[in-house]
Amino acid sequence: MDLSVNYMGLKLKHPLMVGASPLVEDLDKVKKLEDAGASAVVMNSLFEEQILAEEDAKFRHEQDAVVSAEAASYFPDVDDFLMSLDKYLNQIAQIKKSTSLPVIASLNGVSVGGWTKYAKLSQEAGADALELNVYYLPTSPAETGREVENRTLEILKSIKDSVSIPVSVKLSPFISALPNYAHLLAEAGADGLVLFNRFYQPSINIEELEVASVIHFSDSSELLLRLRWLAILDATLPKMSFAATGGIHTAEGAIQAIMAGADALQMVSAVIRVGPSAIKSVYQGMVEWMEKHEYTSVDNMRGSMNLSSCPDASAFERANYMRVLRSWRP
Amino acid sequence: MNDAKNKSFITLDGNEAAASVAYRLSETIAIYPITPSSPMAEWADEWSSQNKKNVWQTVPRLVEMQSEGGAAGAVHGMLMSGTFSTTFTASQGLLLMIPNMYKIAGEMLPFCMHVTARTLATHALSIFGDHSDVMACRQTGFAMLASASVQEAHDMACVAHAATLQSRIPFMHFFDGFRTSHEASKIETISDEQILQMVDEKYVEAFRKLALTPDQPRIRGTAQNPDTFFQAREACNPYYDALPSIVQETMDRFAKVTGRKYRLFDYFGDPKATRVIIVMGSGGEAVQEAVNWLNAKGEKVGVLMVRLFRPFSIKDLVSALPVTTRSIAVLDRTKEPGAAGEPLYQDVLTALAETKSEGLSKFECEPVVVGGRYGLSSKEFTPAMVKGVYDNLAKDKPANHFTIGIVDDVSHTSLPFDTELDIEADDVTRAVFFGLGSDGTVGANKNSIKIIGEETDFYAQGYFVYDSKKSGAITISHLRFGPRPIQSTYLIRRANFVAVHSWEFFDKYDVVDYTKEGAVLLLNSTYPTEKVWEHFSVEVQDAIIKKKLKVFVIDAYKVAKETGMGGRINTIMQTCFFAISGVLPRDEAIAQIKKAIEKTYSKKGADIVQKNFAAVDQTLAALNELPVPAKATSTRHMPPIVSEDAPEFVKRVTAVMLANKGDLLPVSAFPVDGTWPLSTTRWEKRNIALEIPTWDSSICIQCNKCVLVCPHAAIRAKFYEPSLLANAPSTYKSVDFRSTEVKGMKFTIQVAPEDCTGCTLCAQVCPAKDKTNPRHKALDMVSQAPLRDAEKENYTYFLNLPNPDRTKLKFEVKSSQFLEPLFEYSGACAGCGETPYIKLLTQMLGDRLYVANATGCSSIYGGNLPTTPYSTDACGRGPAWSNSLFEDNAEFGYGQRFAVDKLAEYSRELLARLAPQVGDEIVSAILNADQGSEAGIAAQRARVQALKEKLKGVKANEAAKLLLLADYLVDKSVWVIGGDGWAYDIGYGGLDHVMSLGSNVNILVLDTEVYSNTGGQASKSTPMGAAAKFAAAGKRFSKKDLAMMAISYGSVYVAKIAFGAKDSQTVKAFEEAASYPGTSLIIAFSHCIAHGYSLEKGLDQQKLAVESGYWPLFRYDPRRHGTSEAPFKLDSAAPKIPLSKYIANEMRFRVLEKTNPKQAAEMQASAQEFINNQYRFYEKMAEIKTGNQDAAQAAQS
Repeated sequence: MDLSVNYMGLKLKHPLMVGASPLVEDLDKVKKLEDAGASAVVMNSLFEEQILAEEDAKFRHEQDAVVSAEAASYFPDVDDFLMSLDKYLNQIAQIKKSTSLPVIASLNGVSVGGWTKYAKLSQEAGADALELNVYYLPTSPAETGREVENRTLEILKSIKDSVSIPVSVKLSPFISALPNYAHLLAEAGADGLVLFNRFYQPSINIEELEVASVIHFSDSSELLLRLRWLAILDATLPKMSFAATGGIHTAEGAIQAIMAGADALQMVSAVIRVGPSAIKSVYQGMVEWMEKHEYTSVDNMRGSMNLSSCPDASAFERANYMRVLRSWRP
Repeated sequence: MNDAKNKSFITLDGNEAAASVAYRLSETIAIYPITPSSPMAEWADEWSSQNKKNVWQTVPRLVEMQSEGGAAGAVHGMLMSGTFSTTFTASQGLLLMIPNMYKIAGEMLPFCMHVTARTLATHALSIFGDHSDVMACRQTGFAMLASASVQEAHDMACVAHAATLQSRIPFMHFFDGFRTSHEASKIETISDEQILQMVDEKYVEAFRKLALTPDQPRIRGTAQNPDTFFQAREACNPYYDALPSIVQETMDRFAKVTGRKYRLFDYFGDPKATRVIIVMGSGGEAVQEAVNWLNAKGEKVGVLMVRLFRPFSIKDLVSALPVTTRSIAVLDRTKEPGAAGEPLYQDVLTALAETKSEGLSKFECEPVVVGGRYGLSSKEFTPAMVKGVYDNLAKDKPANHFTIGIVDDVSHTSLPFDTELDIEADDVTRAVFFGLGSDGTVGANKNSIKIIGEETDFYAQGYFVYDSKKSGAITISHLRFGPRPIQSTYLIRRANFVAVHSWEFFDKYDVVDYTKEGAVLLLNSTYPTEKVWEHFSVEVQDAIIKKKLKVFVIDAYKVAKETGMGGRINTIMQTCFFAISGVLPRDEAIAQIKKAIEKTYSKKGADIVQKNFAAVDQTLAALNELPVPAKATSTRHMPPIVSEDAPEFVKRVTAVMLANKGDLLPVSAFPVDGTWPLSTTRWEKRNIALEIPTWDSSICIQCNKCVLVCPHAAIRAKFYEPSLLANAPSTYKSVDFRSTEVKGMKFTIQVAPEDCTGCTLCAQVCPAKDKTNPRHKALDMVSQAPLRDAEKENYTYFLNLPNPDRTKLKFEVKSSQFLEPLFEYSGACAGCGETPYIKLLTQMLGDRLYVANATGCSSIYGGNLPTTPYSTDACGRGPAWSNSLFEDNAEFGYGQRFAVDKLAEYSRELLARLAPQVGDEIVSAILNADQGSEAGIAAQRARVQALKEKLKGVKANEAAKLLLLADYLVDKSVWVIGGDGWAYDIGYGGLDHVMSLGSNVNILVLDTEVYSNTGGQASKSTPMGAAAKFAAAGKRFSKKDLAMMAISYGSVYVAKIAFGAKDSQTVKAFEEAASYPGTSLIIAFSHCIAHGYSLEKGLDQQKLAVESGYWPLFRYDPRRHGTSEAPFKLDSAAPKIPLSKYIANEMRFRVLEKTNPKQAAEMQASAQEFINNQYRFYEKMAEIKTGNQDAAQAAQS
């Protein structure tokens, strides 16, 4: 049976990879992920603001200490202070050195210069591909959707000009006309689209009147949103690679995502909760299901249920909404 | 040998210069921090942690000990066992090394220590330079070699290390604290190869053979008896006799290797001089400058610089003096009250007398010799003063035992000198910068010196003068650039360039006074250039016109903001300096600044480099010249330094010191014994806060937490009768007081607008959020300037409202904060984590409080003049504060308790004896009084007052005696306060002993987990995984559990507290400790800038420290022994967040994470495990009830 897939030109032994997460920060854990059968890893996102804030903090720390006759400083003067960027690039190199996993760097920039710089550095550090994590939260009423989209397109183009490895864009579902935007991304050179980013949603502490940050892991229910958009986009962008992320917890879900059009499947919450064995069990489930249903390769299933191939396209479209509402009537 | 091409120049300070040689010639190093020597040890620690090798290609290893005494002991062992060792120290630290110095010298162990000569504490502590410490060692048998400059500190270190090997006599190499140790200067360096040429391998071999080893056993350190000790002690004489020639030979060899020549006594000046000054140390450089200037004017003067002070070579001294010498002034930088004269003077006299009596005198005419003192505690010593000394020598009968540089109007020892004389050469650029302690001015100036020193042929010198305050502090940088090595070892009086980085300085200091005629004055101003002139006071305008200054203006804050530099203006002001001072061609200078920026920051981030570049570029466009009008137009005068209402002493003495003109005060201005008045910070209205809290009375819940956490007593609460509001200022705020006990009162939270430092802790702690707009709280930070005048009036009004009756206030968080603090407006860092504890203590016990304060931050913000935050109440009572030393504080405080107890006992005895005269009733009432409460204290005070009245009418002799001592019949509370460096390390032995004595002494440890005051060196309280100086690679072991050690006595009350995490427990612990009749120990978590985060987050970090179990809270009360309660009460819950959450915010932990992530992770895991185990252990402790539990249960029921 052939489970191998081609994700943006990367030959993966199967579609199940580990999505962007802090799991990659520990080399031992990465090795365990490899042992559990992961086909690739996506690095945690490198945030440009974080790097700038860190540089700034270090600068301020050195500059702003209140000096006195007795204390010209308060810390030993360390030259080889590893900044997050160094650590990040070093970790890519380490993973490449000590495992055979393909490594996809995940970047989140705020400026064109920042994005391209980190993209180049990631490639130099050994990354096999890049995933651009467009985690942007518009808060200004003056900013239009097109402006936000154009900015990403511009960044993508400049990154494509500066690196030779494939580049994917990790999208948010909150886009007015996703198919149009997906086509623009394709024109700008995107090799893959990753659906979807999961935003951390803060909650409110009503006792302290404070905004509280909470980490919320995904579950299988989140997959449905991905399935629909995979099916829609895959149908019109046949050359584009797609990865599903958010809600891949079971073999059934994995197979659904592949049938909807995914080339690769990124798992995070399940791996964090259950451990590396989560990958193995989904993998085994897929193999069993494919054997039982006599699929010989993932390729056979891929996109088989997308908007243009599925028996009832309207089920993915607007009609589905009315139908579901009607069916729910008590 | 010497080749100009091989010369290598570098810009560094005296400490680094000396340490770089000491490190390269050592294998083992024992250290302990003490200003101003600490940087030498810090360099050595950093080099060792970077595995930098010595000249023998092995990495020197280094250990921090618990005190200088410990370091000396360790070094002694290191030498005894055959390693090349060194140590670095100064002042009190050097005194602690003396016992081992005798041993090391007596055992003839080759060794060189490096000392930054510093004042010994007498009537006051001083961190600055003089020779009182090194002079206290001249009897130890150590050779003493003095350096006068940064270059010499480098060179003599090499000479001393080489000579000790050959001679077997240990060396103390010393140079002047701050003046040399902290002066940045361009020097020529000594390479490893050159060092190796100085060290003869045969002596290295001989030293190895001296090592004590069981392979060739010998014993050392025997005890000898009257029959032999004397002869054996004389056996070393030949070695001392040989030493001067060995040192001279070593210097000659050094000259061959490096080209730099030195003599044991170096003479400079006219070979036929008639008047000669003999001097040692950096002062000699200023004398040389004056000598050149005077001789150029046709005078015949000279100076003899003493390099080898011990052994004192009479022959070499005499031969170095010109035969024409007719009068000699020997200058000593020390004072020996009661001596026939200061040490160098006496040695010179002895030398000349011996030479004469042996018939060997060479002089044409036997010279007159006088001695004088100069430069104590880094007092300025200038060519003008030198001229004053030569003028004295020209007299028929020169004054002897004189002082120079001060006005002594009491004993009339001081020589006159021309205060206006300035002999600095025109080709030396002199620049003075007035910066803020936290704006990076000093760093930028050090950078400028490096640029000019290392990128041009110019010589460069930098010296930095700091404030005694840690918040809102001023720094004054003195920079010189010139074509010759710079010998001006004194501050710049008349600069070509003066930069004023903060507008406020114009009204506080006479900054224009630092300019010479035609100089450039650069100022950072938020006023547009065309408005600047009208904002000057008339005095400043007059001075600018009179001195024909060229004035340049920049809004550096605006440029900083626009270029993403935040509030950091240092690069901008540095660029201005290069652009207009003319020290380098403008374009070249700008290119060099950028090069330096790239070098400094490229590793730290391209963005930072770009921001700095942008700042440099935009600076030039934003810099404007101010047209200076022909006439002064301002109607505004410089404000007085202190208010007219200040006490006479404050106006006459303190105000002068505050204006930075303390040098002008004569001897008669000062108390003879270092005793100073309280309540003086209140007169220096510093106005350093950009933002202050404003109070919204409508949402305030009146919890008083803001008052409790304020480190500066700059926000206060009162409740009072509504009728008192009748004359309140129009903006004065008040609200109905919420209280179950007191009804119908008004309540006010009031900020002291001019004393607030803007630290924001009050606003941070404020729990009262506006429900419809939670961003707004009962305290919000707002701009100070618009509120200043109104709030000033409100604060004065507030202070004049009566304080609530102390006897009616409970001691818990809210009500304790109505008690008047007797510790206010200290110069501690804005947001300090220590001072809230001290303030609370003074609120509770200030009117009957003794404080014995260990040297450290708390003694500096507590007692570094000009002012003290300790203050008095309306009755004139207040804390009796004193600082003895660093190491002895527990013993010192114990001694005070012992004395107070004795005086109380004697008073009671006298009282009992006087019963027939004053009446049994009052005697019995006083002797049996319960003073366990405020009411009890008040009642006793009333009785004592009544007693005093009666005693006045009693004729008995003993009545007069009791009248003098009657106040001791009122209980006193003795507190011993200090930091962890004292309590865990240097003072631990004494602390432990005091805890064993059971006396009613209260010990407050302000635990910052690091030596904060001296710049962040590790202590035994420093936690595992934290990086600190002397633990650059991260502290490897857990901090010691001082609390558990104290608890092991079973008789000591012990509490571990953190006011930011649980204020109620803090207040409770203070109350219990005060009431406990035995010894108590409070270990108080004190957030600190040395932890590496903005102090406005101090309270949050305290919470995280407690929630993570990093800092568990508990109270151990021996009074609970044998009761139904466990003596040990755990006051914090089991760890509920991981340690990582706490430490992630603190640079001290992140340093390790960033430099050695693997080790950091391992240490963090160990630390987490330690915390978990510790909590389990404490939990068990909290279950243990002691004594006869059946009886306890019965008693309870």
